[in-house]
Amino acid sequence: MKLLGPDDDRAERVLTRKVVLSILAGSLVTLLPVVATVPFLPPFGLLMFLAWRLLRPGALPVWAAAPLGLFDDLVSGQPLGSAVLLWQLCSLMLDLVDTRLFARDFWQDWLLAGGAIAVCLFAGRAFATSLSAHVDTVLLFQTIVSVALFPAATRLCTALAGREDE
Amino acid sequence: MAPPRNHRPGFSRRAQYTVFAGYVLAASGALVGAILLLISIIDPRAFAALRGATREATTPVSAGLDWAWDGVASVPRGIGDYFGAVDENRRLRAREEATRRYLMQARLLNRENARLRTLLTLRDRSAAPVVAARLVNSSASSTRRFATLNAGSSQGVRRGQPVRGPNGLIGRVVETSPNTASVLLILDPESIVPVRRTRDGLSAIIAGQGNGMVEVRTAGVVNAPLLAGDVFVTSGTGGIYPPGVPVARVSRSQRDVAPARVFADPDGLDFAMVERAFLPAPVPRPSPSPTPTPKPATE
Repeated sequence: MKLLGPDDDRAERVLTRKVVLSILAGSLVTLLPVVATVPFLPPFGLLMFLAWRLLRPGALPVWAAAPLGLFDDLVSGQPLGSAVLLWQLCSLMLDLVDTRLFARDFWQDWLLAGGAIAVCLFAGRAFATSLSAHVDTVLLFQTIVSVALFPAATRLCTALAGREDE
Repeated sequence: MAPPRNHRPGFSRRAQYTVFAGYVLAASGALVGAILLLISIIDPRAFAALRGATREATTPVSAGLDWAWDGVASVPRGIGDYFGAVDENRRLRAREEATRRYLMQARLLNRENARLRTLLTLRDRSAAPVVAARLVNSSASSTRRFATLNAGSSQGVRRGQPVRGPNGLIGRVVETSPNTASVLLILDPESIVPVRRTRDGLSAIIAGQGNGMVEVRTAGVVNAPLLAGDVFVTSGTGGIYPPGVPVARVSRSQRDVAPARVFADPDGLDFAMVERAFLPAPVPRPSPSPTPTPKPATE
């Protein structure tokens, strides 16, 4: 892991570009032409970020979470800084887990991602809306749907990463 | 299975420093995030320019998707309309007969109202809309309820102007950029609309709940019964929303505080009309008497 990204290997650079673009595209799913009455859309940017981070830990430098989170904040309607902080904390936490856990299988990945998604969504709700708002039921459903969609995000990432990953 | 990341880069000093610097950057990223978050919680308008620039870039995409979706969605409707035209014609004729009487009455009342208003020399503000535009996307993954309007300050949209749809009130403009604007829906937990009940003028406020419903809270009167079906319209208090715009209908009978459903169903929103703020922001009043010229200090 270099300071300004992974090794200057061409394949690695292509992968990093794919990773960044797919996470940005995930954040941009909020551009769907729907005027929502409840938060029904899972945070696709976060899902893609976590899937990439767990699948290919070396594809992004550890600090890349903050700028990606900044972009997510700009299009999600959350107060600016909420995803910057939460995504970066998730990234650091997962690095910490990596030092403890030597070999993870997919179920552990899913568990880790699920925890991260739940923390991000509920902390984001606490940052964005007052505690008296009646959004918790919907938020719970949103969390469940998001956690359930994590394998799909991982599948998408493996498809994007290409053959050599299998 | 993820290959474990190599955390010990060996004895190379350069590699060790690189890893360390990466973590320093990450920690400062989190810190910057916390500071940004604090600023935007204290002052929600702090980064409006940044968000506006992003909206300028992304709204054309949304508008294109909206247009495409509209085209696809109109096909089945068009087919249904074609085959249902005769039935609909018959039904509409019958309804027209039935409502003609009310129309005459309403015209009379209108004229009388206009006459009485001139007698009172009430000066009404013109209700001409600023612009009609589409709401193209929304903060669907956040607990806040913002929508993006496909018109901005170059079309005359200003901060604080009310936005209404054909059926009722939608919200108000909170941020503008040259070609887009951000609209706070009345469903947002931080939105409050002063209203009154149509049948007796009971004043209340309607606050968003965040779960797609709003809440009617009576203002002033204690133990006021709110019945299911009560209709609330804006009262004009506060000066943002013009009076008489339908807002919500109470869905369950309760006292003092009751849940209600808004008339403008945001999912079915086609066009939104931006209107002028009912009363513009107060300007400092000129002093009533000609300002006394400051006396030259007497020596």
